[in-house]
Amino acid sequence: MKEVLLLKDGELALKGLNRSTFEDILVKNCKRRLARLGKFTFTKSQSTMIVEPNQPDIDLDEAAAIIRKVFGIVGYSRAAVCEKELPTICCIAQDYLADELQNIHTFKVEAKRSDKKFPFTSPEICREVGGYLLSKNKNLSVDVHHPEMTVTVEIRDQYAFIHGNQKKGAGGMPVGTNGKAMLLISGGIDSPVAGWMMAKRGIALSAVHFASPPYTSKRAEMKVHELLSKVAEYSGRIKLYTVHFTDIQEAIRDHCPEDTFTLIMRRHMMRIASALAEKDGASALITGESVGQVASQTIYALGCTDQAASLPVFRPCIGLDKTEIIDISRAINTFETSIQPYEDCCTVFTPKHPKTKPTPALLQEVESVFDWTELLNQAIATAKEEWITQEEGI
Amino acid sequence: MIYFDNSATTPICRQAAEEMMKMITDNFGNPSSRHEVGLRAFQAMKTARNRVAKAIGCSPEELYFAPSGTAANNTAIFGAAKLMKHFGNRIITTSLEHPSVNEPLKALEQNGYEVIRLPVDRSGKLSLSSLRNALQPNTIFVSMMLVNNEIGVINPISEASKLIRSLCPRAIIHCDAVQGFGKIKVTPGKLGVDLLTVSAHKIHGPKGAGALYIKNGLHLPAYILGGGQENGMFSGTEATPAIAGFGAAAAALPIDMRTTYENVQYLRDRLVDHVTSVPFVAVNSPSDAIPYVLNLSVPGVPSEVMINALSDHDICVSAGSACKKGHRSEVLKAIGMDARRIDSAIRISFSRFTTIDEIDRFAEVFLSCAKRFLR
Repeated sequence: MKEVLLLKDGELALKGLNRSTFEDILVKNCKRRLARLGKFTFTKSQSTMIVEPNQPDIDLDEAAAIIRKVFGIVGYSRAAVCEKELPTICCIAQDYLADELQNIHTFKVEAKRSDKKFPFTSPEICREVGGYLLSKNKNLSVDVHHPEMTVTVEIRDQYAFIHGNQKKGAGGMPVGTNGKAMLLISGGIDSPVAGWMMAKRGIALSAVHFASPPYTSKRAEMKVHELLSKVAEYSGRIKLYTVHFTDIQEAIRDHCPEDTFTLIMRRHMMRIASALAEKDGASALITGESVGQVASQTIYALGCTDQAASLPVFRPCIGLDKTEIIDISRAINTFETSIQPYEDCCTVFTPKHPKTKPTPALLQEVESVFDWTELLNQAIATAKEEWITQEEGI
Repeated sequence: MIYFDNSATTPICRQAAEEMMKMITDNFGNPSSRHEVGLRAFQAMKTARNRVAKAIGCSPEELYFAPSGTAANNTAIFGAAKLMKHFGNRIITTSLEHPSVNEPLKALEQNGYEVIRLPVDRSGKLSLSSLRNALQPNTIFVSMMLVNNEIGVINPISEASKLIRSLCPRAIIHCDAVQGFGKIKVTPGKLGVDLLTVSAHKIHGPKGAGALYIKNGLHLPAYILGGGQENGMFSGTEATPAIAGFGAAAAALPIDMRTTYENVQYLRDRLVDHVTSVPFVAVNSPSDAIPYVLNLSVPGVPSEVMINALSDHDICVSAGSACKKGHRSEVLKAIGMDARRIDSAIRISFSRFTTIDEIDRFAEVFLSCAKRFLR
């Protein structure tokens, strides 16, 4: 039996004249992600995208698992392809959905007839197919309001498609339809969530990680790789810049008052990230900050770090509670990796009593005791670049 | 590379690697199979058993191969508790055992056994007087480690066993000898124990093989059930490559253990002399600890920073124990170290292959790192 995937794009249908550009990007994203399974043909048909494998040996379960994580798709179904003859449609509906029909009690049939030349009307199709399925499954009864399964029969120009319940997609906008931004990733719980949230709105990601060896370990860097590879399952590949941050942190320790360590560090991170973002063609920065979560994320502290960035800073977690952030991180499977206990640069030289109500003027004064230009330029110039893709076997 | 993390695991010696290769290629059979290739695997198991038994100082019939030291400890503890449950419920151990002893004991505690954890003296040693006070007629089982994995303290097991035998003759005595095997004599007869655990990968054998000595006549109930391998004690198809490698590693142990010990002692002392020439290095291991393990601190330089810095110089060491990530060392706490010293503790562990050049190079790099990060 031949099968296809049917993808529904939601919000894109509302995009007016840009719609076809957005759909092209969505198709490109799907194709790139499905490439390792083989070749597929994509056909647009109103708000449905038909994805047809070109080889018989392609694993559609795996294809569906990949599609589930592509932004811009609100729902998808795996459907059987069949000839446009009513008796054949009945038989294939029974065959194709037999396992699922056995385990439920109520169903209904819905017909969509885009080929208006088809000799039966939608209600007639529903009646025929519904009656046939009832006769074959003694456990079933029809419930048109709250069925456990809706069997959909779509009569298209060349074939009919038959499928059960539509599954929920990742939603959002296709990655790449809203430009690119650079994620500051530490290895904690929040930053991967922030990256995922912005990718969901169609923003392509690059990322910057600050490493301070030997205060931070190789394992902390490996952890960041792992987190990004999980985000990449949704966002597509991510260019990661790893910045050697030790010298700057040591200079902060040597020249600044202890209660400003973290703030000065955050400001330098913003400066470096802004420079790398511009080099990378990204138009904004993304952080996982949530207001009031820690001393460096008070409304005053955020104002001070914001001032050091030369690009807009997106903070999608800003109004979320920690538990809400954790819920998302569990849903996107980054939580268990995030909580591995390795030092990151934010925990090096942590002040005992950090300033919670700093002013930009104060920090500028503190920063003015040392000329940071050379260290910053060096950190930007020596940042290590690499592509992070989803891990093998996922 | 300078590999000073031999208490975590050791590099596999040539003899073990060669033996394992044979088992992976020619002798891959299941030792329970009747055909030729199964027979070859069976023969290899037999040889390995003879070799390990000889190295321990027991008869091959008393030696049971296990998948790991942890599996052997679990079987020893759960088996002994079950066997003796009609005679009492009091179990005695030390407060510094490895998790593979401590966790099964915690499980027994939840099942109604009373577990007494003896404090150690200032040098980290099991205190015989507290053992004497803890022994009561309902004591059924005592488990004591021979050599501590974090600071290298050697416990007076023979003396303890004599005490136990005189006061509680019925109690079963177990010794976790994983860190001592291959370095000092672990002969069960001399130590006076009924059960003894060893592991292959601490003596330049592979991971995936350990062994439990069970004294002849002691009918320990099995804890892992199945096809009845290892006389029913450790069911599951035998990991023949690992076991054969274990045998080869045991056979390759130096005959003259005393001389090797003294060589390592010389190296350890040389290192201690060198690093204590500056005031900021503290030695946490007592001087009579096994010389293969040396625990040091540079108070103020966190363990992780020192480990990362040494790693950048291609030097491998551990913080405390490699098995317990992210916890403050109980062992160092027990011997009265303050938090600053514990948080900066690193464990350096040598092997019989350690050289003077490695020791000198280590001392030099270690001191330069300490100076750099001390503030």
